[in-house]
Amino acid sequence: MASAFEYAPAPESRSVVDIAPSYGLFIDGEFTDAADGKVFKTVSPSSEEVLSEVARAGAEDVDRAVKAARRAFEKWSALPGSERAKYLFRIARIIQERSRELAVLETLDNGKPIKETRDADLPLVAAHFFYYAGWADKLDHAGYGPNPRPLGVAGQVIPWNFPLLMLAWKIAPALATGNTVVLKPAETTPLSALFFADICRQAGLPKGVVNILTGYGDAGQALVEHGDVNKVAFTGSTAVGKAIARQVAGTDKKVTLELGGKGANIVFDDAPIDQAVEGIVTGIFFNQGQVCCAGSRLLVQESVQDELLDALKRRLSTLRLGDPLDKNTDIGAINSSEQLARITALVETGEAEGAERWSAPCELPSAGYWFAPTLFTNVTQAHTIARDEIFGPVLSVLSFRTPDEAVAKANNSQYGLSAGIWTEKGSRILAVANKLRAGVVWANTFNKFDPTSPFGGYKESGFGREGGRHGLEAYLDVR
Amino acid sequence: MPTTLPAFADATASDSALRRFLHGLPGVDAVGLEARAAALGTRSIKTTAKAYAIDLAISMIDLTTLEGADTPGKVRALAAKAVNPDPTDRTTPRTAAVCVYPDMAATAAAALAGSGVKVASVATAFPAGRAALDVKLADVRDAVAAGADEIDMVIDRGAFLAGRYLKVYEEILAVKAECGDARLKVIFETGELSTYDNIRRASWLGMLAGADFIKTSTGKVAVNATPANTLLMLEAVRDFRAQTGVQIGVKPAGGIRTSKDAIKFLVLVNETAGEDWLDNHWFRFGASSLLNDLLMQRQKLSTGRYSGPDYVTVD
Amino acid sequence: MSDNRLSVFKTYKLYVGGKFPRSESGRVYEVTDSKGKWLANAPQSSRKDARDAVVAARKAFGGWSGATAYNRGQILYRVAEMLEGRREQFVREVAEAEGLSKSRAAAVVDAAVDRWVWYAGWTDKIAQVVGGANPVAGPFFNLSTPEPTGVVTVLAPQESSFLGLVSVVAPVIAAGNTVVVVASAKSPLPALSLGEVLATSDLPGGVVNVLSGKTAEIAAPLAAHQDVNGIDLTGADAALAKELEIAAADNLKRVSRPQPVDGDGDDWTADPGTHRLTAFLETKTVWHPTGALGASGSSY
Repeated sequence: MASAFEYAPAPESRSVVDIAPSYGLFIDGEFTDAADGKVFKTVSPSSEEVLSEVARAGAEDVDRAVKAARRAFEKWSALPGSERAKYLFRIARIIQERSRELAVLETLDNGKPIKETRDADLPLVAAHFFYYAGWADKLDHAGYGPNPRPLGVAGQVIPWNFPLLMLAWKIAPALATGNTVVLKPAETTPLSALFFADICRQAGLPKGVVNILTGYGDAGQALVEHGDVNKVAFTGSTAVGKAIARQVAGTDKKVTLELGGKGANIVFDDAPIDQAVEGIVTGIFFNQGQVCCAGSRLLVQESVQDELLDALKRRLSTLRLGDPLDKNTDIGAINSSEQLARITALVETGEAEGAERWSAPCELPSAGYWFAPTLFTNVTQAHTIARDEIFGPVLSVLSFRTPDEAVAKANNSQYGLSAGIWTEKGSRILAVANKLRAGVVWANTFNKFDPTSPFGGYKESGFGREGGRHGLEAYLDVR
Repeated sequence: MPTTLPAFADATASDSALRRFLHGLPGVDAVGLEARAAALGTRSIKTTAKAYAIDLAISMIDLTTLEGADTPGKVRALAAKAVNPDPTDRTTPRTAAVCVYPDMAATAAAALAGSGVKVASVATAFPAGRAALDVKLADVRDAVAAGADEIDMVIDRGAFLAGRYLKVYEEILAVKAECGDARLKVIFETGELSTYDNIRRASWLGMLAGADFIKTSTGKVAVNATPANTLLMLEAVRDFRAQTGVQIGVKPAGGIRTSKDAIKFLVLVNETAGEDWLDNHWFRFGASSLLNDLLMQRQKLSTGRYSGPDYVTVD
Repeated sequence: MSDNRLSVFKTYKLYVGGKFPRSESGRVYEVTDSKGKWLANAPQSSRKDARDAVVAARKAFGGWSGATAYNRGQILYRVAEMLEGRREQFVREVAEAEGLSKSRAAAVVDAAVDRWVWYAGWTDKIAQVVGGANPVAGPFFNLSTPEPTGVVTVLAPQESSFLGLVSVVAPVIAAGNTVVVVASAKSPLPALSLGEVLATSDLPGGVVNVLSGKTAEIAAPLAAHQDVNGIDLTGADAALAKELEIAAADNLKRVSRPQPVDGDGDDWTADPGTHRLTAFLETKTVWHPTGALGASGSSY
C-alpha cells in the first residue's frame, strides 16, 4: 500500500549474532551429542530457512542430565544465599550486555518482531534474573518461615512463544532458592536456551546447576516422569498439563502448571476509547496472539460496540506485517506450520459456525508462516471460537449489556488466566476485578508483566504462580 | 464559515450544555496515551523515508521569534532564513511561515512579500492572554491589518480552568470574526491545562468554535508540546473530521529541537490522523532551533558526513 | 615504578550534590592511622556545609524516590561493581584507618561489597514484605504501601569506617531516601573515597552526600534542621545521641537510636534484618470503594 510517508526498510542486522551450524545438549557444564546421536533442525518461521541443527535428547540423556543436576545440588544448595545471588546477578548483567544479540536470535528462531524481543522480551528476561538474584539471600524474609529449604532437582518444560523469557521465569527462582535444573525448551525454539547455557559458562556457574536438553515432547515426558526429579514446572497446553498432573499423582513431586487461556477483555461504555483500542490490539496481536494470557475475547458493552469496532478496524489497518527483523514490523510470523494449520482450521470453523470475519488488509510474504490480524464479530458463547484457545492473531468479539452480564460471560470458560477491564470508574474496576475468576486482571492496560508481579491461572489455566514473592513457593520445601 | 456546526448547536447553546458536552467526551488514560506515543517513537525512519520526513518537516516550520528584544533587523534576518534556509543547497524547501509579535507583522510581511512563506502573528495578549476582550480583539485587528496571513491566539486558561467554557468559546468566535481571510490557530497552553482530559476538552471546544488549527502551547512555559499531548490532539482532529467532514490542522509548538523529535511527530501524524495531514496546510511545527538541526541532518543525508554548526547559518 | 618514586597524595574532598567541594570554611583536620602516623588532611565541615548538603539531598529526593525500585536496585548493584573494582584501594584504606591486618581488612571490604549487593536486592522486595492489601470489614479495597520518608541524616559508626558505614547508608537509599552522611571523625577517609565510587555508579548527584569533620559540630545543625526528615544516631555517643534526639523532636524526625555496643564493638557482619530499611519508610494506606455489581439491578 503506497502512502505519502512510506517507511523505508529498517532491518536490524543479523551480524550481531553468530549461530553455529550445530549444537549439542548442555549437560554438566559441557555441550554433548545425544546418546543415540539424533538431531533435528530448527527453522526461521519467517523464511523457512534452516538456522541450525541441534541434538535431540532421548531418555538416556534425560537420565544423565538429572544425575548431573543431582550431583550439583548438594553444593549448590549448601552455598550461602549471598553467593548464589552473585551468580544470578552475573547472569543478569551478561544478559543485559548481550541483549541485542539475544533479541536478534530470538526473533530469528521464534518469528516475532525485533521490536518486541528488543523492547519487551529481553528487558524482562534480565529483570527476572535481577529480581530473583535478590531473593537468594533473603529467603528468611519471604514469609515461608525461617531458613526454607529447596526441593532438589527441578524438571522444567517450556513453550515456544517466549522462549528465553519462559526460561527466565523457570530458572531464576529455581536457582535462587537453591535448586538445580534440567530444562527442555520447545522443539521449534531451542536456540536461545543454548545461548543461555553459554552465558552460564561465562558467569562461572558451577557445572550441573543448569542443564539444557533440546528435544521434542518425548524428552519432556521422560523428564517429568523421571524418578529423581523433585519438582515439575510446565508451561504449555492444557491437554499436556492434565497429562502431567495425572503422571505425578501419587508421587512426591511438586508441580506447577501454567496452561492455556481465553482471556476476556471487557470494554465498558465509559472506557477511554482510544486507549481501550490500544489495549485490545496489544491484548490479541502482541506476539501474534500466541500468548496464554491473550485477550482473545473482546466483550464490549453493546451501547458502544459500533463505535469501538470502527475505531478498532481503523487501528488494525495501520499494523505492519512482515519481516520480523525490520524494526518497523508490528506483526511477525506464526511460529510453525503446525501452529498456522491450527489457527487456519479454527478460523474456518468460526466462519462455518456463522461468525462474521474481518481481516486487516495486508500482503503476506510468500515464504514463511503468516496470518493476517483477524477479528470475528457476532460471536456468542456457543461458538467454538469463543471457547477454544486459538493461540493466534484472531479476536472474537462478543457483546454484553450490564456489568454482571460481562462478568458472567467472562467467567463462563474452563480457563481462568487473564482478563482486562476498561472503564474510567475506579469502583467498577474493583467490583469487577473482585468477581473475575482470573489469576491476572489488567485494568485500563493489558499484557503488562513484571518480575515482581505474580502470574498464573485459575481453573484449567493451571495452578501455581510465577513472579513476585509468591513465585518462590513453588521451589521451596514448604508444606 | 458557519459560526457553529448544526450537529453541535445544542452543545454550545449554553454554558451548562457546553460543560455537559465537554465532560461527556471519552476519558483519556494517561499511562496508555503516553505508552502509545512512546511506542510510535520507536519507529525507525531511514534513508528515503528520512529524506522525505526531513523535507516535509522543514516545510512545516513556523519559524519563530517572540522575544522582547526583537527588532526589525532580527525579523528581516529570520525572514531571509525562512525563504532560503540553506545557502549551500538551494533545493532546500522553504518553511511554512514566520511567526512574530503583532508589531513586527508588517516588517515580516514586507520581507516575505512574494515568497510564498506566510506571515503568522501571535495575538490576544500572547502569551498570558490576560487582558480585556476588546484589547485582545484590537491586537488581532492590528495584526491582520499589518498583513498577517495567520493568527495564533491564546485561549483564556483562567476561564477554562474555572469551568467557564462558554466564555472561552465565545472569545474564539469573536477572534475568528476579526480574522477575515487569515487562518486562526488556537493555542491551549497544554502545560497550564495540565490534564489530558482538559486537553481533549479544549480541543473539541476550539474545533467547535471554528479553529483552523489547534495548537499546543506558546513555547513560553516549562512544558510545551510533547508526543503524548500532540497525539491526543491528532486523535481529536481525526474524530472531528469523521463526525463533521471538517478537517482542522494541528500545531505542536515549543520544545521540539531535533530532527529525531520532529520525525517522531510526523510518525504520530501518519499513524493517527493519517496522510491527509502530512502537508503544511494541516500540520505545523512552532520552532526555531529545530530548523538548523533539520538542515544538518539533510546535509548528512546528501554528503554522508556528520555536519556541524559552522555549516548552517545562525539566522 | 621504582621504590624511589614519589607518590601523588590524594586531596580528600567532601561529596555533595554529585560534586567534590572543599569545606566552605576552608578548614581541614589531621587524620592519623591507629598508630598516630599522619595519613591525610580531611575537610572539617561546618554547619554551612551541612546546610548545603541538605539542599542537595532535598533536590535529589524527588527523582530518587520517584525512580522505579528496579532502577534503584540496578544503581546500587552498579555501586557494588565499582567497589569490587576498587577493592585494593579500600583494603589499604581500611587497614590504615582501623589498624587491621591486610587479610582482616580484605574480609571487611568483601563483606561491605556483599552488603551493597544485599541491599541492591531489597529495593523491589521491601514493599512486598511490609506492604499489602488489608481485608477491611466493608466493601473497600484497602492497600498499604511503604514510601520513603525524605532526607535522612546518618551518623556513620566511629569505629567501623567502611563496613559499618556501608551498612548504615545503603539501606536508607535502597528504601528511596536521600542521605547526608556524617563520616567517622577519626576514620573519615574510606567514607570520602566512597563518594568517588558513588560518583561513578550512575547514582544521581545529591542522593548521597558525605561530610567529614567533628561529629558533634556537624550533627547538631542537622539534627535541628527542619528540612531533614530522619536521623540515624549510630555514630553518636550516648550523651550526644540524647542531645540530638531532643533537637530532632522539633519537627518530629524519625529517629534511629544507636544500637547497644557489646564487647569490642558492633558486629556489622551479622544479618542486618529489615529494620534499617523500615526505619525511614512511611506506610501509606489507600481506600477505594468496590461496591457490588448489582445483581438486583442496583449499583453499576
